[in-house]
Amino acid sequence: MLGMSMTTVGLSHYLMVSLVMLCLGLFCVLTRRNAIGVLMGIELILNSAGINFVAVSRYGSAGFDGQVVAVFIVVLAAAESAIGLAVVLGIYRRMRAIDTSRLTTLQG
Amino acid sequence: MQALRWIVLLPLIGAAINLTIGSRIQRSVGRAAVAVLGSGIALAAFAISLTGFLRLRSLEPESRLLIDTVLPWLHVGTLDVSIAFQLDPLSAVMVLVVTGVGSLIHIYSYGYMDEDPALWRFFGLLNLFLFAMLTLVLGDNILVMFVGWEGVGLCSWALIGFWYKDRANTAAADKAFLFNRVGDFAFLCGTMLLFWTLSGLGHATLTFRELDTAAALLEGQALWGVPVATLATLLLFVGATGKSAQIPLYVWLPDAMAGPTPVSALIHAATMVTAGVYMVSRLHVLFSMAPLTLDVIAVTGATTAIFAATIAVTQHDIKKVLAYSTVSQLGYMFVALGCGAFAAGVFHLVTHAFFKACLFLGAGSVIHACHHEQDMRRMGGLRSKMPLTFWTFLISTMAIAGLPPLAGFFSKDEILWKAYQHSPLLWGVGLATAGLTAFYMFRQVFLVFFGDNRAGAVLDDAHGGHGAHDAHGAAAAHDDPHGHHGHEVHESAAPITLPLVLLAFGALTVGWLGIPSALGGSNLFTEWLAPVFAAAGEHHGAEHEGLELEYALMAVSVLVAFAGITLAYLVYIRKSLSADTFSRMAGGVPYRLSFNKYYVDEFYYGTVVAGGLALSRALGWFDKNVIDGVVNGAAAMVRGVAFLSGGIDKLVVDGLVNFTARALDGAGGALRLVQTGNINAYVYVLLIGVTAVLLTGAW
Repeated sequence: MLGMSMTTVGLSHYLMVSLVMLCLGLFCVLTRRNAIGVLMGIELILNSAGINFVAVSRYGSAGFDGQVVAVFIVVLAAAESAIGLAVVLGIYRRMRAIDTSRLTTLQG
Repeated sequence: MQALRWIVLLPLIGAAINLTIGSRIQRSVGRAAVAVLGSGIALAAFAISLTGFLRLRSLEPESRLLIDTVLPWLHVGTLDVSIAFQLDPLSAVMVLVVTGVGSLIHIYSYGYMDEDPALWRFFGLLNLFLFAMLTLVLGDNILVMFVGWEGVGLCSWALIGFWYKDRANTAAADKAFLFNRVGDFAFLCGTMLLFWTLSGLGHATLTFRELDTAAALLEGQALWGVPVATLATLLLFVGATGKSAQIPLYVWLPDAMAGPTPVSALIHAATMVTAGVYMVSRLHVLFSMAPLTLDVIAVTGATTAIFAATIAVTQHDIKKVLAYSTVSQLGYMFVALGCGAFAAGVFHLVTHAFFKACLFLGAGSVIHACHHEQDMRRMGGLRSKMPLTFWTFLISTMAIAGLPPLAGFFSKDEILWKAYQHSPLLWGVGLATAGLTAFYMFRQVFLVFFGDNRAGAVLDDAHGGHGAHDAHGAAAAHDDPHGHHGHEVHESAAPITLPLVLLAFGALTVGWLGIPSALGGSNLFTEWLAPVFAAAGEHHGAEHEGLELEYALMAVSVLVAFAGITLAYLVYIRKSLSADTFSRMAGGVPYRLSFNKYYVDEFYYGTVVAGGLALSRALGWFDKNVIDGVVNGAAAMVRGVAFLSGGIDKLVVDGLVNFTARALDGAGGALRLVQTGNINAYVYVLLIGVTAVLLTGAW
């Protein structure tokens, strides 16, 4: 495995990194009680998807399409976090808490 | 001519004023104001009529027709009717009589109703009557005429029941109205039949002028095997019998005497009751096409004339005698119409309007002076106390008796002459009626004005059926609000005597308009109407055929009149003949028949009224037992069905609905557990879901 690491870096390496990031992100989203932590997990998931797009674009034959999408994802992530943080701020103002286990007013 | 509408509209305006704010005028301005308004309007209408008449006279005889179209009225399908008035020689005569005699009676009313608190209502209704009568007379088509025809009936009803606090008066009013309605219904049927047939022939019209030409189309048309012209005219004539009080619909007129005397004079003697005569004359072209109808008219007229005259002979109520006399004289007019002598009928209508109005007003003057006593057995000897009333009454009596040279002589003799040419039998009946008329009218004069005053006499009513009681009811109707109970009888005031004098003058002179050529006259009246009746083929050359015969007939009729007068004189003045000998004749049967009016009222009560009541009782029983049974059965059935349906509703439908609700409620309760509100939990579910989808896809 280490010997193999000296060889060229291929598509599978990128996909592995991306998979690890996805798992970390999911883990973060599922376990964090802090809403900001949840948002950070979402960022990780988004960026793992971005890495996927760039890697597939680089090793595939679809030209620059994947990279364009990755740029979109970055922009989207920025917007998402801005709105997410604003929402969290709003919730905090109202509830004096950002603990997701306490924010269950939509309970059926 | 625009002015025509004002003849009709002025009385309407007068009625509108008096019937709305009349009571206030009477209270604040005075009784005279109300009377002046009412009479002034009538006089104004008379003045306009007079100018219209003069205008008409200045035209050529053939083109004597003035038309005033006010408004288009009905335009439905082929029917096209306008509110339009026409003045031709015939309607001009009628309008002059209606407004002229009407004005005098308006003036008279002020004197006669001097103590009545509702003077404004009286004058308002009189004006309304004038409006309706003038609409009837001036209308240029049958529908406008029918509006007037109904209007006069309504006003007649309102005025007969003017003293409505007495039940008997309103009953008489209702009786008059109902009998008129029977006639009106037939009139309407006749009109519709006429219109229907004509529109089937492509000449839909109800306008008199056009009817005269379109009538020829009816030749050969038949409905159920009867010529349409005959059927339509018969129906129209039934309408005339209602309005003009002919057999079989005459019984309302004597009862109508319950109204105030000016009403009797205006409506039930001079104008409204002649509407039938006018209508038949107006549609003479149509009637001339139906010989059968003319025969029916002549026979009905003659029968009514003699029938009513025999009743008049025995009546005690001063107004009832005059009422039966009116019925009888109207019968004369119909005899003339039935013989095709339309001008003669209208001529008698005019002369009758004068002398009968004068007689009624004279009777009213007597009644007024005698404190609303109407029984002639309680009068007598009034000649010296009421000279003006006496003389005018006498002149009119001589006129109606047919003494030359008064009005009645000329008009009656013309009718008798035409009747003789038509059928000597008709003439015989007419002659007998003339004799009876002379007798009962002079009986009245002698009873009222001669002999001793019998005021307050106790009457023996042992044999007097309900006729005498009617008289008392009518006499008591006014209940003497005057307060002056003195028995001093004196001449009436100027508003009463002035119309009397003018009408008596008319009764004296109007006949001279129609002096026949046999007596060296030129019969201006017939000549005036000639353009109207030219189509009816009334040939006045025929009179020259038997000049001697005509003289002889005249002499006979005058002799018969004198015989009647002499008989009355012998019975009631000289008393050389006792009235009792006549009343006991033939076991008293003829007397009782006549006194009780041949029991016609009883006959109607026994048949029509009792029949109607029995029918309504039978229908009531049927209603109660059969219809109600069906309805109740249906209701019970519906209730049973409703009970079942309610049960099903409660158990099945409600059960289903409740089950659905409960099921949804349970499902909701179960599902709500999923909605924790915790984001982390949602993400778990999401993850599991996505993983499941991916795994499924991978397989």
